Amino acid sequence: MTIDSELLRLLLYVVGFIAFIATNAAYLVWLERKEAGHIQCRIGPKEVGPFGLLQPVADGLKLMTKQLIIPKGADSFLFRLGPVLVMTPAVMCFVTIPYSDTIVARNLDVGLLAIFAFASVNVLGLLLGAWGSRNKYAVISAARVVSQNVAYEIPMLIVIVTMVMVTGTMNLHEVVTSQNGGFWHWNIFRFSASPLMPVAFLIYFVCMLAETNRAPFDMAEAESELVAGAFTEYPGMGFGVFFMGEYANIVVGTSMATILFLGGWNCPFGLWPGLHWFLIKMYALIFTVIWIRWTFPRTTFYSLLNLSWKVLIPVAFANLILTSALLKVL
Amino acid sequence: MKAYIRDIVNGTWSLLVGMAITIRYFFGPVVTLQYPHQTVPMKPRFRGHIDLVLDERKGTNKCIVCNACMKTCPSGCITLEGEKREGVKQKVLTYYQLDFTKCSLCGLCVEVCPTAALDFSKDYNLVGSQESEFVFDLLKRLEERKQ
Amino acid sequence: MTAIAQSASSETFVLNLGPQHPATHGVLRVKLVMDGEYIVEAEPVLGYIHRMHEKMGENRTWAQFLPNTGRMDYLHALAYNHNYVCLVERAASIEVPERAEYIRVITNELNRISSHLLWFGAFVLDLGGFSPLLYAFDDREQILDLLESVTGSRLTYCYFRFGGVYNDVDQDFLDGCKAFVARLRERMPMYHNLVTKNIILMKRLQDIGFIDAEMCRKYGATGPVARGAGIDFDVRRHEPYSVYPRFDFDIPVYPGCDSMARYMVRMDEMEQSMRIIEQAVGAIPEGPVMAAKAPKIIKPPKGDYYHAVETARGSFGIRAVSDGTNTPYRMKLRTPSFSNLVTFGEAAKGMLLPDALALMGSLDLVIPEIDR
Repeated sequence: MTIDSELLRLLLYVVGFIAFIATNAAYLVWLERKEAGHIQCRIGPKEVGPFGLLQPVADGLKLMTKQLIIPKGADSFLFRLGPVLVMTPAVMCFVTIPYSDTIVARNLDVGLLAIFAFASVNVLGLLLGAWGSRNKYAVISAARVVSQNVAYEIPMLIVIVTMVMVTGTMNLHEVVTSQNGGFWHWNIFRFSASPLMPVAFLIYFVCMLAETNRAPFDMAEAESELVAGAFTEYPGMGFGVFFMGEYANIVVGTSMATILFLGGWNCPFGLWPGLHWFLIKMYALIFTVIWIRWTFPRTTFYSLLNLSWKVLIPVAFANLILTSALLKVL
Repeated sequence: MKAYIRDIVNGTWSLLVGMAITIRYFFGPVVTLQYPHQTVPMKPRFRGHIDLVLDERKGTNKCIVCNACMKTCPSGCITLEGEKREGVKQKVLTYYQLDFTKCSLCGLCVEVCPTAALDFSKDYNLVGSQESEFVFDLLKRLEERKQ
Repeated sequence: MTAIAQSASSETFVLNLGPQHPATHGVLRVKLVMDGEYIVEAEPVLGYIHRMHEKMGENRTWAQFLPNTGRMDYLHALAYNHNYVCLVERAASIEVPERAEYIRVITNELNRISSHLLWFGAFVLDLGGFSPLLYAFDDREQILDLLESVTGSRLTYCYFRFGGVYNDVDQDFLDGCKAFVARLRERMPMYHNLVTKNIILMKRLQDIGFIDAEMCRKYGATGPVARGAGIDFDVRRHEPYSVYPRFDFDIPVYPGCDSMARYMVRMDEMEQSMRIIEQAVGAIPEGPVMAAKAPKIIKPPKGDYYHAVETARGSFGIRAVSDGTNTPYRMKLRTPSFSNLVTFGEAAKGMLLPDALALMGSLDLVIPEIDR
């Protein structure tokens, strides 16, 4: 009996991704707490294991041993579906991301499209979970999540369209190979395509923060306003899965920033390209995401929409037009 | 249009300034004290719960059972008893109970004491699972301290 | 959580904010009638931490009420102490030595700064910024250490006595005050750069949370809330007590009426408090800290007495009626947060939930003081 080797490979990758997402999320929490601690002149976790490195294990155990309570009056089907819908698309996104020249589960020709298609499902998960829990705070949060994500998908996709025009492909592997060489070949510094490229990167980054509901755009959670927003009623691992999905989405977002703008696995000086460069760039971006969270207060909903409609979308459009004009001329 | 661009530039600049401040603290020193592993010595005037003062000369307490502390206590957390003994001029304290669950550490009892028989302890690591653990017999505590 | 109030005109629902909610900083409950995220009606519900301080005052001797005063506004306990001892001193005509008055002013202003620092941190926390809270606590810790070294406690002080203060301060404390003022002066620009000038914060506070002078007068709001509405009123200046008239300090007044104005009033007040501390530390006279002729048992003559002080949150007044015995006949406490809170119901109408919470934070509410 023969097993389709391609299918087996894919299966192995997906299992690997899930394991990676789980441990990565756990250790991103550790990183977040450590970084927050040091920014605030504290140490952060330190009791469990050396440097508190076993803290995520303890946290995970705690979450898993908690009773899964489904509140009275909640829609138990949607309530259970919510976390799954947040987690699954995040895993799907990982499938097409090329981590190095050889490490990629499935090199799709429409990889870029697939990722952004999957990434937008995450909103649905939050919406259904929040709606299903029948909590007023959660419902308010759900409404916020939807309009926030819709507003921020527009400038983000405009930037993506620009990038597709610049690189001429939707295949992520080819996007990276088009940036081979030193850092002056990376898209963020491709001034020949458009002088606004660093701005485009900034727009992408801001939109990514909003898409992944990270501070200062964490209106869905907004603990000082909505208690815990969409997660208010979720106990134990229900909350844990949401959390994992959220961190997985951050990883996807920063990975895409690395691939689209920072040359993927390429070394800035053209030396030893490989997985390590990809990870260094990705984690540096994640560090920045966390750094931003512990620096700024939360925006409000209307200033977020103002930012999207009055600043990000016009600038993204300007960049798009400029790029297409330059491509036509040159 | 000018104000719009200025707003964007100033806003972005203010965000960058904020990030520069936090990253400086990130690499800066840690100011917290790792409490159970490190402790601070209590200040001389720290007001813990009250304790009887040991009279070095007599080797016992200085209390003359005048009941001033009991009367002045706003929360009524002090109970004391004394008896008249042969050969001793003043009354002798036989029982002094402090109900620390009610005490608000105001220090009025220490102030009112004519013989300075009361003092604040430096004990802040108080923990218990039952209310009765915070009802102290101060005479017993004094005996324990003597040993 | 399923009670949905149907009204004829629109579909609204009732949201119970509190008594346990991260933004109410205590057991305050606000009943909000919401239309989506807009607040149609806001009604503060009080009484969750009522301890009957007024009645307790009427049931114990004048001296025995002293520790209670520190438990109402636990963030500016010394001002409450101060008001009560001032009242009793006025009633019983007790002369307070100069040095004691200076010590009272220094510790009081230190306590005011610590209260404002905590408000600053908690307010930014309400707005979702975490780190400023910890920076503010770092500074506040220095004040608590200083105050602990003279008063013996860190939060609910009971330091002032009828006719003076509990014990004298030493040179270490005065040097510590100078060092602290220098340190905070150095840190203030950091706070302004990190928080005040931050575009996100500015957008959240400017022109939002409108409480004007008219509203302040209507509800009796005082302190930074009134000064943020352009009313130049500070008890320290307008009904002077203790040795405040001897110091040169400004009263920050902002006419903005918005959350930002109230924020700026408090930030500037910290600097003014630092000025007062500096002057007081420089000019503190030698001498006793307790009146020589302070009576042991206080029995104020028959009469009706009132005294007010400026706390970190506004004007706090005590009215006490004495019938000539050693217990007050009637004790009435007028606390500033109570009046400040009432403006919330009117000001929050038509606001978005996050803005209303920013407004609530800018009022600097201390719940045990509202309920007392």
